[in-house]
Amino acid sequence: MNVDQFLARFSTTGAETCFHNRHINPQIYADLNGRNWRLKDYEARGGYQALRKVLGLDGGAGLTQDQVIATVKESSLRGRGGAGFPTGLKWSFMPRQFPGQKYLVCNSDEGEPGTCKDREIMQFNPHIVIEGMIIAAYAMGISVGYNYIHGEIFQTYQRFEEALEEARAAGLLGDKILGSGFSFQLHAAHGFGAYICGEETGLLESLEGKKGQPRFKPPFPASFGLYGKPTTINNTETFAAVPWIIRNGGQAYVECGKPNNGGTKIYSVSGDVELPGNFEVPMGTPFSKLLELAGGVRKGRQLKAVIPGGSSSPVLPAAMMMECTMDYDSIAKAGSMLGSGAVIVLDDSRCMVKSLQRLSYFYMHESCGQCTPCREGTGWLSRVVDRIETGHGKTSDLELLNSVAGDIQGRTICALGDAAAMPVRAMLKHFMPEFEYHVAHKTCMVPAYV
Amino acid sequence: MISEESITRFAREVAKYPADQKQSAVMACLTIVQQELGYVSPESEQMVANYLGMSAIAVHEVTSFYNMYNQRPVGKYKLNVCTNLPCQLRDGERAMAHLKEKLGVGNNETTPDGMFTLQQCECLGACADSPVMLVNDTTMCSFMSNDKLDQLIDGLRSAEVKS
Repeated sequence: MNVDQFLARFSTTGAETCFHNRHINPQIYADLNGRNWRLKDYEARGGYQALRKVLGLDGGAGLTQDQVIATVKESSLRGRGGAGFPTGLKWSFMPRQFPGQKYLVCNSDEGEPGTCKDREIMQFNPHIVIEGMIIAAYAMGISVGYNYIHGEIFQTYQRFEEALEEARAAGLLGDKILGSGFSFQLHAAHGFGAYICGEETGLLESLEGKKGQPRFKPPFPASFGLYGKPTTINNTETFAAVPWIIRNGGQAYVECGKPNNGGTKIYSVSGDVELPGNFEVPMGTPFSKLLELAGGVRKGRQLKAVIPGGSSSPVLPAAMMMECTMDYDSIAKAGSMLGSGAVIVLDDSRCMVKSLQRLSYFYMHESCGQCTPCREGTGWLSRVVDRIETGHGKTSDLELLNSVAGDIQGRTICALGDAAAMPVRAMLKHFMPEFEYHVAHKTCMVPAYV
Repeated sequence: MISEESITRFAREVAKYPADQKQSAVMACLTIVQQELGYVSPESEQMVANYLGMSAIAVHEVTSFYNMYNQRPVGKYKLNVCTNLPCQLRDGERAMAHLKEKLGVGNNETTPDGMFTLQQCECLGACADSPVMLVNDTTMCSFMSNDKLDQLIDGLRSAEVKS
């Protein structure tokens, strides 16, 4: 046994996190087992039928570009990367008659703490992303695309490259796809450890071979994107949703979820639950049901709080969270964001100061340094939370934290500044007594970590 | 210097991009360098710069911006343990502490025999598998209990003895 084979014994199989039977009406994760990721398996599950339908190779008349975009609009599919922007609308922003090159980019730079869904899509069902991208490229008249994959999941990048080779060999990618008049070249690229490249314009800079420092918007990528050309960027899960929508229709997709929140969504549930993992369930599923699917709160403890949409989203106390359904509108109404669908669960043994200390360190570490409020402000937030946690905090620090957070939010080129500020403000808003206790007693209100 | 095989891999990466955008392959080329040589030296940056028609400082901007590039030699096995909040809630810190004790090194340090470099890292994107650890930028190791950490370290050490 060589070293690679030895190390492989420690790799995940996906059994605990993906191939369980606790999804509800899954579309993207349906019927996966970790071995059936290849082209022939995907086709046996109905894969590439949507592409054949679009190209008129299934005996039908085919779909026009407008018909594809109209179907995606009707589906009310919203961007799964975090912003929840309507996908069909985004696609319609692309100039149709642009004379030069246009680009399609898949954002697989999945680094928002708590989020691990795209990795399992690409690892266990890579062709669903490829098919979704081909259809998107067709709809917008794009001939070249890139999938930018988080550098830390290098094995998944290698898997995706293998799937691309299969698709090219089968005539599903390249010149004159399946004998039609449509051509599309798709390549994989990878990051190498920079959270900021999940921001779409930071990602574009990185794809151009530079530091991943975000650009001012406007201009938006649809007019000035990769190499200055019109570009559409969608998240991995967004592309993965497209084949089902084309096969079954936009209305059917809406009916899977709830109005304005179509389809299924994959939630990555981490933290204090018995069975952490990814769960694909209909939009609008009650949070209480999702918690149940994840085996409930660990060790029979009480739920204390939930960070519902990745580490950047404002924390919600248990009572508010238990009233929510898992969709963009319900979580927004409660004062947070569905974000990437990464649900971080905290039980009643957790110290919120310590939790915020780790998050604030992360944002300081990952600030790209371009904007002063973020570069300096994230350092201030991290150092002040750190001194409160370690028993050196002052009463005035609580006001200082709110003030620094307020001076960052809305004052930076990209959303990382907001992402650093929002968790601080929400923690103080909902859990102020814990912070005050820490300052006054130089220790924790809740029992020590186990 | 770099092997012919790596240069062939460079060419495959460059071919993904428009002819006038060879710079786009810089991250992949630096990764290939690191896979072969273990780290990215200033000489390697100059070599990649020459290959892609960039200035060496533009290459260095990339090496120094992205966390996973090693700017100096590391141990034969680089171990990155995630301690971000979702992992902190599921023993990520415990895994880091266990490795510190077992290897007798601190964060960002290498064992005296040059075998292991230990680094705390940010989100690896495998939160439900926590505690998670990345070995040599490639192999993601999941659910790393103390027992499994011991098996991994002992196994890699004995593989060294055998070879």
